[in-house]
Amino acid sequence: MDHFPLNWGRPRNDAIDSYATFPIQQRPTHVPKDVFAAGIQHTQQPIVTGTSVLAIKFKDGVMMAADNLASYGSLARFRDIQRLVPVGEHTVLGAGGDMSDFQYIQGILDDLMIDEFAAGDGNTLGPAEVHNYLSELMYARRSKMNPLWNSLLVGGFKDGKRFLAYVDLLGTTYSASTLATGYGAHIAQPLLRSAVEGKEDTLTEDEARKIIEQSMTVLFYRDARSLDKYQIATVTAKGVHISDSRKLETSWSFAEGIRGYGAQTQ
Amino acid sequence: MDRIDFQQLKSGEVNLGTSIMAVQFSNGVVIGADSRTTTGSYIANRVTDKLTHVHDRVYCCRSGSAADTQAIADIVHYYLQMATQTTGERPSVHTAASVFQKLCYENKDGLSAGIIVAGWDKEVGPSVYNIPLGGGLFRQPWAIGGSGSTYVYGYCDATYQDGWGRDQTVEFVKNTLALAMARDGSSGGTIRMCVITEEGVERLFIPGNELPQFWSGSEVLAAPKTKVVLDPQVAPMVVE
Amino acid sequence: MTSIGTGYDLSASTYSPDGRIFQVEYANKAVENSGTAIGLKVKDGVVLAVEKLVHSKLLVPGANRRIQTVDRHIGLATAGLPADARTVGNRARDEASSHRDFYRAPPTLKTIVDRIGQFVQVYTLYSSVRPFGISTIMGAVDKDGPSLYVIEPSGVFYGYHGAAVGKGRQLAKTELEKLKLSELTAREAVIEAARIIYLVHEDAKEKQFELEMSWIGSETNGVHVPVPQDLFDEAESKAKEALVSGFE
Repeated sequence: MDHFPLNWGRPRNDAIDSYATFPIQQRPTHVPKDVFAAGIQHTQQPIVTGTSVLAIKFKDGVMMAADNLASYGSLARFRDIQRLVPVGEHTVLGAGGDMSDFQYIQGILDDLMIDEFAAGDGNTLGPAEVHNYLSELMYARRSKMNPLWNSLLVGGFKDGKRFLAYVDLLGTTYSASTLATGYGAHIAQPLLRSAVEGKEDTLTEDEARKIIEQSMTVLFYRDARSLDKYQIATVTAKGVHISDSRKLETSWSFAEGIRGYGAQTQ
Repeated sequence: MDRIDFQQLKSGEVNLGTSIMAVQFSNGVVIGADSRTTTGSYIANRVTDKLTHVHDRVYCCRSGSAADTQAIADIVHYYLQMATQTTGERPSVHTAASVFQKLCYENKDGLSAGIIVAGWDKEVGPSVYNIPLGGGLFRQPWAIGGSGSTYVYGYCDATYQDGWGRDQTVEFVKNTLALAMARDGSSGGTIRMCVITEEGVERLFIPGNELPQFWSGSEVLAAPKTKVVLDPQVAPMVVE
Repeated sequence: MTSIGTGYDLSASTYSPDGRIFQVEYANKAVENSGTAIGLKVKDGVVLAVEKLVHSKLLVPGANRRIQTVDRHIGLATAGLPADARTVGNRARDEASSHRDFYRAPPTLKTIVDRIGQFVQVYTLYSSVRPFGISTIMGAVDKDGPSLYVIEPSGVFYGYHGAAVGKGRQLAKTELEKLKLSELTAREAVIEAARIIYLVHEDAKEKQFELEMSWIGSETNGVHVPVPQDLFDEAESKAKEALVSGFE
């Protein structure tokens, strides 16, 4: 059990199960056994998990990407799920971590948006409000020792302003012009920063898409819980648009001539 | 020191270490399951029925703890009867799956239940929903579950095609389960299947001694095919 | 009012000797004092319209709405006490929300009306409460298509093709009966609804009023929203024209 998104969906102890081939329920835990074990309520662990979400700001708004995979340990169990969802007219939500908790969050947000719609007062919730609501929700749950096991990106565009922020299972929040969760925070974030920072107001949508595609490709190369099937969401003044599933273009042909692992030449 | 935690089940609990499956086809669904129930390595029941009726045209396949999944199925059965009486019509498969999902999600810390819900309704026709361990809800054209399923994902990916009719789908379910049962020690016995269409539910049964057979040749390549039988006519060489 | 002074009209928990509950009948009187509300169920949707009587020129235009939204696809219009309408509206929203929570799907109007009918009926049983002084028109487009219901203060409810409650209901019903409701589009029904509201208002020669209209249909993507301004203006001016030509 740990709070490190990097470890989600991976074996607890590499010495015992280095390739995460055990069914999840038989994974080693760090909880010592005691006579009260049957009576203790355990904090949950993520079971069906999604990996990284990436997002950047660009000239006209915000762009977000996530692949279509929900893993079950190392098993690529559901390969066409959506991890990017619209929330109202101005916001897109991207989720990594436990997919059942993500579905629960979607239900809560849908309820919230209906309440707001039924009020009929001409106001709508924008990305800043949605993000703040989620931060309160996530923090309240971690304080009950029963967190919603996700890291979430909230992106949006409302009243001429871009919005992009992060919130996770602890209720931690931060905001930046490039964000990435899970493995992406380690691998894609440096790439995104060097490509975007300082150019937020000049990057075109096409340029932004290129940066996202490159980062998703690198993640596919290096994240063992990723898929080459993914979606891109854009939020601009025109509203939320979530693409159909698309396939990453990858390159492997350079490897054909590789021989051995050192001095070997044939 | 870390140990592997096998304590997911309460001690002495009966486990459906299972192979279950549901597949959607043009005008219905085929669901299927093996019939083995174990406590540890002892087979507590070799003729279990894991295909559980929850409404006229909605069934579920249960895997995980027998006690948990029976309790959940009973509760869902109750709610669906209530829903039918108040709305005056049969509940949709989605409705049934949502109630399963709610119970599994809200009690995830205390349950070990992996359930597949499948059936036919007048809104969308045939549909299959998978509710894995944490209590998520996923609609799929075909779903497999239980410990045996991990051995046959590749077979299903390679074999399944959209647009099948009833008979092809039944063959697919039968073969997949037979392969899973052959490799998974926690699955076995017989194959039970149901074909659910608008017209009704048809039960199919494959006895344990009539399961489809696949490759089961010699696992050791150097071993001789048959025993060498000495010809009694040939006299042993005389030792001088 | 033969009931007055008999003592049988003081509580909703007491029948009169001839089997009536006068408090419920008085609640219906409260409805009859209110501006008219109508609902039209047509080919591709539902239209709700209300004659909202404005009792003071000091009120902000658009305040105290009498059409509410229950769920994305369900609208509600009332005639009667506005405060009671809020209570019933809130209850309907709660019912819709808990249905979504439990079944992860939008409720049909029938299930909501069923629950609201029970809710309203309970207020006819006890001496400690007063029956709701409203008749509620609920309209929706759900999985079974467009539907329209009226819930009365007694808790009884019926489904309708066209419904009218409040002061001008008699005339409104006669007008609704002249329409081929199942052949109209929602857009055409908006025009008719405005005309009927203006007609019944003129008939009663009441004080100032505001026309309130909402619709749900294929043009709104199945969502309950106020009729868009341009269509509203068109309907309103046609309604006024019809009045003038009607009197010639």
